[in-house]
This record gives sequence, C-alpha cells and structure tokens, in this order.
Amino acid sequence: MVPTNYYVVLSAVLFGLGVFAFIFKRNIITIFMSIELMLNAVNLAFVAFSQALGKLDGQVFVLFVIVVAAAEAAVGLGIIILIARNRQTLNVERVDLLKL
Amino acid sequence: MTAPLAVFFALATLAVIGAVSLIVQKHPIHSALSLIVVMIALAGLYLLLGAEFVAAVQIIVYGGAIMVLFVFVIMLLNAGVEEHTSISKMAGAPGLLLVVALAGFVAATIARSTASIQTTPQTGELASTTGISNMIFKDFVYPFELTSFLILVAVLGATVLAQREKS
Repeated sequence: MVPTNYYVVLSAVLFGLGVFAFIFKRNIITIFMSIELMLNAVNLAFVAFSQALGKLDGQVFVLFVIVVAAAEAAVGLGIIILIARNRQTLNVERVDLLKL
Repeated sequence: MTAPLAVFFALATLAVIGAVSLIVQKHPIHSALSLIVVMIALAGLYLLLGAEFVAAVQIIVYGGAIMVLFVFVIMLLNAGVEEHTSISKMAGAPGLLLVVALAGFVAATIARSTASIQTTPQTGELASTTGISNMIFKDFVYPFELTSFLILVAVLGATVLAQREKS
C-alpha cells in the first residue's frame, strides 16, 4: 500500500503549482485552468484521507466539489466570453478598469 | 519497491509534469491539454486508492465535460499565444514570496502531522460505489438536492451572460 503521506505531499505540490500559475500567468483562460488544478489537488487529498480513515465522507465531498467546479466553469467561461467580446483581449493586464 | 508504489510514482510524476507543462506552455490550448493529462493521472490515482466511482466521474465530468468547455471557449475566442507583458516588480516579488510562504506552511503542517497519518491506509474493502450512493441519497440528501439547484442557477447565469444583447 502507498502511505497516505505521499498522496498529501503530491496534493500539496499540485496545489502549489496551481497557485504559482494563478499568480504568474497572464491569459485569463489559463488562470481559470489553474483554479481547476487547485480544486483537483484538494480532491486528491480528500480521497486519500477518505481511504486512510476508512470512511466514505471524503469521496462524497469530492463529488460535491466536482459539481461546484462544473457550475463555476460554466459561469466563469461565460464571463470570459463577455470580457473577450467587450475588450478584444484575454490578457488580464489589459482588463484593469471596471468601466468600459 | 512494490507494484502499487511504482504505479503511484509513475502517475504522480505524470501529474506533476502535466502541471508544470500547464505553467510553461505559452499557448492556452497547450495548457488545456496539459491539464487533461493531470486529470487522467489523478483518475488513475483514485483507482489506486480504491475510489472507482470518483475516478469514473473525474474522467467523465472533468476530463470530458469541463475540459471540452475550456477547449471550446479557447477555440471560440481564437485565443493566441500568451502576450508577454513584464511582471510588475511590485506584484512579482510579493507574489513569489507568497507562493514560497504557502509551500513552506503546507510542508510544515504535513511534517508536523505525519505522526498521526503515517499509518498505512486501511486495506478493508469499502464497497465504494454502493457506500457512496447510500451516503449521497441518505445522509447528504439535502446538500445533493441543493447542488441540483446550484447547477440550474449556473446554467441560467451562463446563458444570460453569454447571450448577445439585442440592440
């Protein structure tokens, strides 16, 4: 069996890479994808602990997280389409005004 | 090295390579494909953990539906190579510092708590899918119903956001 520690460390590494991408990428779609990466990292920790404790709660939470991620992706991509239509750019540095 | 450990390291390496590739790639479509690699690797890890249902959902919903949405939007907007604006010095230094601080904090927390979780995981069969369905439809039935409401609201919101204004 693989020790639970390994899964938690991998989850932390993936989460850190997601945070790094979130801060340093410029493309709004890539930034959105790094959020998905962080959610995935958290899911891995949930499932690892679920197995370590022998309870299924963690796996049920993962399903809820996936549902929220799907809803978030739908709304977020709608917002991205709107930004791209109004600004003709996907660079977050060029989207720095609240008004048009 | 036992077989599960070897599989774990292979999948973990694949996931980390995919995540690094997401950062390194300049074109959003390449980043999206890298993210799909990460998700497939994580689905493999879920199988290794004995969570078959979550693994299947991971591939169908994440690798399938959500990433198709991403790729579709990238193609719809004709997103090109990432524009290279120099990172502002003011934002870059604290950003890097924050990432390092977060990594250090997480590492410290894991190192401190290893004593309690270092025990090898339980090997007993969880009867995963049956157990999950029992929990969702008995213990978590109200949250489950609320998620269906959430999805309905999200669909309406996305439709309203994306539709062209008639003028």
